Amino acid sequence: MAAPKTWLAFAEARDGALRQVSFEALGAARAAAADGDAIVAALIGSGVAAHADALAARGAARVYVVDRPALAVYHPEAYLAAARSIVQAVQPAGVFLGHTAAGRDLAPQLAAALRCGAVTDVTAVEPGGGEGAPPVFARPLYAGKAVERRTAAEPFVVTVRPNNVRAPDPVDGAGPADVVAIEPEGAALRAIVKDVVKKTSGKIDLSEAKVVVSGGRGVKSADGFAPLQALADALGGAVGASRGACDAGYCDYALQIGQTGKVVTPELYIACGISGAIQHLAGMSGSRVIVAINKDPEAPIFKVADYGIVGDLFDVVPLLTEAFRAR
Amino acid sequence: MNIVVLVKQTFDTEERIVLTDGVVSEDGAKFVINPYDEYAVEQGILMRDAAGGGKVTVLSVGPARVAEALRTALAMGADEAVLIDDPRIGNDEHAVSIALAAALGGAGGAGAPTLGGAPVDVLLGGNFSVDNGAGQVAVRLAALLGVPHVASVTALEASGGAARAERDAEGDVEVVEVPLPALFTAQQGLNEPRYPSLPGIMKAKKKPFATLTLDDLGLSPDDVAPKTTRVGLALPPARAAGRLLAGDPAAQAAELARLLRDEAKVL
Ligand SMILES: Cc1cc2nc3c(=O)[nH]c(=O)nc-3n(C[C@H](O)[C@H](O)[C@H](O)COP(=O)(O)OP(=O)(O)OC[C@H]3O[C@@H](n4cnc5c(N)ncnc54)[C@H](O)[C@@H]3O)c2cc1C
Ligand SMILES: Cc1cc2nc3c(=O)[nH]c(=O)nc-3n(C[C@H](O)[C@H](O)[C@H](O)COP(=O)(O)OP(=O)(O)OC[C@H]3O[C@@H](n4cnc5c(N)ncnc54)[C@H](O)[C@@H]3O)c2cc1C
Repeated sequence: MAAPKTWLAFAEARDGALRQVSFEALGAARAAAADGDAIVAALIGSGVAAHADALAARGAARVYVVDRPALAVYHPEAYLAAARSIVQAVQPAGVFLGHTAAGRDLAPQLAAALRCGAVTDVTAVEPGGGEGAPPVFARPLYAGKAVERRTAAEPFVVTVRPNNVRAPDPVDGAGPADVVAIEPEGAALRAIVKDVVKKTSGKIDLSEAKVVVSGGRGVKSADGFAPLQALADALGGAVGASRGACDAGYCDYALQIGQTGKVVTPELYIACGISGAIQHLAGMSGSRVIVAINKDPEAPIFKVADYGIVGDLFDVVPLLTEAFRAR
Repeated sequence: MNIVVLVKQTFDTEERIVLTDGVVSEDGAKFVINPYDEYAVEQGILMRDAAGGGKVTVLSVGPARVAEALRTALAMGADEAVLIDDPRIGNDEHAVSIALAAALGGAGGAGAPTLGGAPVDVLLGGNFSVDNGAGQVAVRLAALLGVPHVASVTALEASGGAARAERDAEGDVEVVEVPLPALFTAQQGLNEPRYPSLPGIMKAKKKPFATLTLDDLGLSPDDVAPKTTRVGLALPPARAAGRLLAGDPAAQAAELARLLRDEAKVL
C-alpha cells in the first residue's frame, strides 16, 4: 500500500455564496484519491470563513482559510501568495480549482511557482489506484472535436470545468469544519485593480447554469431577447448568445458562447435563431441535451440537436414558456 | 517601446480532426496563428506605433513549420522573429514556458526580462490556444519571469512606464493598472487584427529571423522535460441524430416539454 496522500481543493465564493464548481473541485479531488487519502479544502477571500462548514459537509476533512478584506476581489499576486502559503502548509499531492476566471488565472501561476505540471479544463477524472497508478484527467481539445486523457507527476494542479464533475452529496449532521487560519507570505502587489464594472451580478452564471437559452441573429433586435429571458426564467436558467447576435448589437459580448466566448455544458441548451456555425458549436456541443428552434430546416444546428423545431422562434418560444410554466 | 509577442501556431479551427495511430493527423492540415495571438500581434504593433518607436519581436516554440506563422506576423508589421525549435523540449505547458523564460533572460525574477540584450517593456500573448486550449503558457511565463500580468484583456494602453488594462472576468470588466514590464493576454474584442499587405509580405522576407536551440538557451533536456503525459486521445462519441418535431407550433411546444421531461429527463 502506498502512503496516504492529501488532496487540496480550492473553493470560490461569488455574491456571498459558494459556487457549485467548488463542490465539483472537491468531487474531482475525491475521484483522484485512493482509499485512505485525505481531502482538504481551502478558501481565499473576504468573509469566506463562513463557508467552511459547507465544505466540511461535502467531505473536506479540514478547511484552510486566508480571510481578509484586501482579498475581496481577485488579485493575481495577492491570491498567489495566499495559495502558496496554503500549499506550503498542506503539501498536497494534487491541487484542484474551478475552471473559472479566478481559477484559470491562479492555476498556471501556482503551477509555475511550484515548477509542476497542470491539467486545465478537465471534464472527467478516472481514479488513481492504491498501488500508485496515477489518476487520469480527461479534457477536450480542438474546441471539443477531440478528447485527451492526461496524467501528471505529483504534485500537480488541475482545473475542473463547471457542470462536468460530480460534486459529493452533502452529509446531514456533519460537524463544524476543522478550520486552520493561514497567515500568507508577503507579496509585492504591483497590479492595482482600480474598478470592477459588474455586468453579470445577480444573474445566474452562464458557465454554471443547468439550463441555457441562447439567441442568435434570428432574434432580430435587443427586444427580441425578451421572450428568451422569459423562457430562461421559467426554467431557472441563464440567457446566452451567438456571436452573430453580439456583433449585431442585440446583446452584450458577456453573453457570447463559442470558441471565442464562453464554453457551457448545461443539462439543457436551447438554441433559438442560431445557425450552428462551427465556432458556436465549440462552446455548446458538450451540453447534455440540445434543442434547436430555427426557421430553416437545413440549418446546421439541427445536426447536433437532440430535438428540433422548425419554426419561427417568436411563435415557438412563448408557447414553450407556457408549456413549462404549466408543469 | 520594446515589445515581445508570444505566438503559437495552431490548426485552423475549421479543420476536421482525423486521428491516425492515436495522434492528430497533420496531413494537408491548414495551420494559422492562434486567433488570440493575432490580437496580441496587432496590439504589439499598435502600441509600438503609439509610442512612436521601438520594436515588436514575435517569439515561438515549435517545429520548423511554425516559421510560416512568424513570417505572417512579420508581414503584419512585427519587426523581428525568434523561433525556438528543438525536439528535446517537452510537449507541455511547463516545458514550453521554461524555454520561453530562458529566451527572455531566465526564470526566478532576477531582474527585468530581456531579449537579445535589450530590456523588454511589454509581453503579449493569447488568452488560450484554440487547439490545446490550456490557457497556461503566457501566465506561467509571467510567473517564471517575476513580472506582473493581466489576463484576458479587452483594452490596453501604456505610457510612462505603466499600463492600464480592462480585463474580462466572466462578463464583468475589471480595470487594472500595472507598472511595466508586465505581461498581458489578449481576449476577443481587444482590436481588429490587420491582414498582411503585399508590401508587408515582401518586407517580411528581409526582417531578422533567429532560430534557437536548447544549447543557445543554456538549458538541459532535464530542465524542459514535461511534467504531464498524454495517455490517450480519442474523438468524442458522435451525437446521435436528433429528431425534428412535427405539427403546429403549439403541438410542437407541448411535445417538446413532454420529451424533455419524460424522455430526456432534464427537467
Ligand atoms: C475566429 C472566429 C471566431 C468566432 N467565434 C464565435 C463564437 O465564439 N461564437 C459564435 O457564436 N460565433 C463565433 N463566430 C462566428 C460564427 O462563424 C457565425 O458567424 C455566428 O455564430 C453566426 O451567428 P448566428 O447563428 O446567430 O447568425 P446566422 O448565421 O445569421 O444565423 C441566424 C439563424 O437564425 C435563423 N432565423 C432567422 N430568423 C428566425 C426566426 N424568426 N425564427 C427562427 N429562426 C430564425 C436563420 O434561419 C439562421 O439559421 C466566430 C467566427 C470566427 C471567424
Ligand atoms: C503530443 C503533443 C504534440 C505537440 N506538438 C506540437 C507541435 O508540433 N507544434 C507546436 O507548436 N505545439 C505542439 N504541441 C503543443 C505545445 O506543447 C504547446 O505549445 C504547449 O503545450 C502549450 O499549451 P497550449 O497550446 O495549451 O497553450 P496555452 O497555454 O493555451 O497558450 C496560451 C498562450 O501562450 C502562448 N503560447 C502557448 N504555446 C506557445 C508556444 N509554443 N510558443 C509561443 N507561445 C506560446 C500563446 O500566446 C498562447 O496564446 C504539442 C502538444 C502535445 C501534447
